[in-house]
Amino acid sequence: MNPPRPKPRLDAVNRPFWTGGAEGKLNITRCGDCGEYTHPPLPICRHCHSENVAPHAVAGTGEIDSYTINYQPWAKDLEVPFVIARVRLDGVPGVILTTNIVNCPVEAVTFDDKVRVVFEEQNGIHYPLFEKVN
Amino acid sequence: MARKEAYITGVGQSEVGVRLQRHPLLLTIDAIREALDEAGLTVEQIDGVFTYPGKVPSFLGFSPVGSDEIIEALGIKSKWHNGAMEQGAQLSAIGTAAQAVKEGLCRHVICFRTVYEAAALSRPDEYPMVRRDEVDGASQWTSPFWALSAACWTAQYAMRHMHRYGMTREQLGQIALNASRNAMKNPRARAITKEALTLDKYMSARMITSPLCLYDCDRFTDAATVVIVSAGDALDEVKCTPVRIAAMSASVDRYSWDQVEWPASYETGADLWKRTDYTPRDVDTIQFYDGFAFLPITWLEGLGFVGKGEGGAFIEGGTRIAIDGELPLNTFGGQLGAGRLHGFGFAHEAVTQLRGTAGERQIPGDPKVAVATSGGGPLAAALLLARD
Repeated sequence: MNPPRPKPRLDAVNRPFWTGGAEGKLNITRCGDCGEYTHPPLPICRHCHSENVAPHAVAGTGEIDSYTINYQPWAKDLEVPFVIARVRLDGVPGVILTTNIVNCPVEAVTFDDKVRVVFEEQNGIHYPLFEKVN
Repeated sequence: MARKEAYITGVGQSEVGVRLQRHPLLLTIDAIREALDEAGLTVEQIDGVFTYPGKVPSFLGFSPVGSDEIIEALGIKSKWHNGAMEQGAQLSAIGTAAQAVKEGLCRHVICFRTVYEAAALSRPDEYPMVRRDEVDGASQWTSPFWALSAACWTAQYAMRHMHRYGMTREQLGQIALNASRNAMKNPRARAITKEALTLDKYMSARMITSPLCLYDCDRFTDAATVVIVSAGDALDEVKCTPVRIAAMSASVDRYSWDQVEWPASYETGADLWKRTDYTPRDVDTIQFYDGFAFLPITWLEGLGFVGKGEGGAFIEGGTRIAIDGELPLNTFGGQLGAGRLHGFGFAHEAVTQLRGTAGERQIPGDPKVAVATSGGGPLAAALLLARD
């Protein structure tokens, strides 16, 4: 049994990202003026500096940008090995999420694999994990 | 020599160990005394103190001593001091000190980095780590997925290098093998490296986070390292061979480990050469941050010693980067071989090599130019050092 995941401290800016999974939404901050995305989220668009930014539900699919098979149990009782990956999100240029790839053997993961989001809920946080699309 | 130049005039180091009992302030003062002796200066001549990252109360092992304590303990009449984490990387403390002496604010300043992680973790009652129930800041984007260590973030750059350019584990392993070979010639590395690593042992080592194995990661160490920086118009007060800080850079395009393709070593490396007439061909030795073994490869490429993607092939077999090779790397053992001194060890060794005082590990010839770097991910700082 894995220990509970480290829990992000929620605030006005990050709450849509960490709780959107309750409605099945992967929310990424998007600019209402230039249409570009800002992640990690900020109260300003990092492209055009407009303050007209809001969470936007994206497709929730993407590709593996890079990954590592982690063997070191960084916390007591953490089950290893598991995959830590960076996922490039479809339709969200320039945004990458660090995440875990789940529901497959660790050796089944490689570069450019197509993946989709699966949310894991713990203590009110909906962690966006990803699984391979067959 | 104009005041507008900054020189390193003294280097010093405390005992380097694992789970030392000696108080970290005293370790720092040990290193300061050695550096002052080397420079031929007295503490009364010091008028500034600079450090990275400043005292970190949430985990004193990471940084147990602040610039204020050195001012207080040694009675320094300081004209400028600074200890801060929000700067390029560890060696930025030396860069900030160089700016202070060039500006005429100070004449001779102490720069230090003290680490006490091994001791602190072994004595949690005395050095507790403040436990937080929630994560915030940049950590919230990695920690929830158990990417708790910079090893997990660095590993993904290394995986990309292997995937795109074909770097092999045998090539990557040369960083750790070279470190261990050199550490065996460094008396200050005795507590960290007790026998030379072999390729067989490397290849069969426990994996931490692929492709980084146990020997690709530095280990917690207790030590203080000191560099004294002096103004160009104060050199008549020192009794040593001064080493000029010929150029420095600490550039970062995006402050992130995971939104960028490669670490900031590339932008910092390119900018270093824009500030000097020296070129990579002039460099006699390189001292590159190796908290994780992949990072020196990013510095080799970022500083243009080889093209992007060529780092793995360049270090193959290890002969080019050996002490008697064409570009000796981490001649003191780096952090992998000589302990996690956290950045300052690279400046210390560059100066030692340029002065020709490195003993058994001294590189041949008459070295005049060295590059020292620190950092990984968005952290990056580079110093070009020259003996005129």
